[in-house]
Amino acid sequence: MAGSDLVMYEEEFRSVDQELQRLQTQANARVVFLVDKNGQLIASAGDIKGLDTTSLASLTAGNIAATGGMAKLLGEKEFSILFHEGEKDNIHISIIDRVILVVIFDQRSSLGLVRLRVKKSSEAFAKIFASVSEKSHKEKAGGKVSVSPFAEITDEDIDNLFG
Amino acid sequence: MSFINYSSREINVKLVYYGPGLCGKTTNLHYIYKKTNPEAKGKMISLATETERTLFFDFLPLALGEIRGFKTRFHLYTVPGQVFYDASRKLILKGVDGVVFVADSQVERMEANAESMDNLRINLDEQGYDLDKIPFVVQYNKRDLPNVAPAPEMEKLLNPRGLPAFEAVATTGVGVFDTLKNLAKQVLFELKKGR
Repeated sequence: MAGSDLVMYEEEFRSVDQELQRLQTQANARVVFLVDKNGQLIASAGDIKGLDTTSLASLTAGNIAATGGMAKLLGEKEFSILFHEGEKDNIHISIIDRVILVVIFDQRSSLGLVRLRVKKSSEAFAKIFASVSEKSHKEKAGGKVSVSPFAEITDEDIDNLFG
Repeated sequence: MSFINYSSREINVKLVYYGPGLCGKTTNLHYIYKKTNPEAKGKMISLATETERTLFFDFLPLALGEIRGFKTRFHLYTVPGQVFYDASRKLILKGVDGVVFVADSQVERMEANAESMDNLRINLDEQGYDLDKIPFVVQYNKRDLPNVAPAPEMEKLLNPRGLPAFEAVATTGVGVFDTLKNLAKQVLFELKKGR
């Protein structure tokens, strides 16, 4: 299968969470979240009550995928930053390696501040995801057979999912 | 490409419904959405034209329960089936864990079915996937219509390897969950093998 599965370990997840909280505070943002390029929500920080983060994550990835397609047609590798301005809320979307960082902010912040803070956080996230990737490669290279959480599943387990 | 979060004990997988225009991909998702308990489903997103033809994708997140302590979420997507939306189809296939090919059983749509299957193979290949190796189910939809091709003929044309295939009438739900369950099973058993 193309690409390796994205695995989030406890330690790295904590680091991601901490950095997201820091970014949300420093950028004065309403909500920040990280989305995998395939549309899966990785983590979020801020006031997500009432926000359909699952749909937002999927649409964000679709948005990035669509504009990525446009970029290629123009001879660009990708558009690494997107900004959507609304009446009340705005969205700043940036690509960090294989993940997407989304910052939703209103008049309590500014595009300039968000861009500045995102740039700083991007470096931190890049390091964390590099470490996740390295950990994953080391496990494979070391011949360590990672036991799948589904190693023992049965047909009945799956049938029970569907009621 | 599944996402496994050991911290929150969640696994997310991406399933894509593929097929020619108007074959019933969106109808499959509508039925699944209608019949799933509210606590097990998220909002269904449909990016469609004014005439309800899928423009970019439909998206339906299902959180069906836990397996071995892991919350298992299935993200269902459909692609736009019309031929000229090929660029969009390629994007939606990224990171796919399993595919349902929805075939339109009407005799006059056989060529469209075959073209769409070839298109699927090419688009998967471009992403680095091999259609012969990923979890895959075929659905022969619209079996209630009068002008349908016999299922064995469709098998020969679209499913020569004899992979799991289900007859369906997506508008009434016949075969819809059987299709989904079988694909989910294949994907989860792939995950069972580990990385």
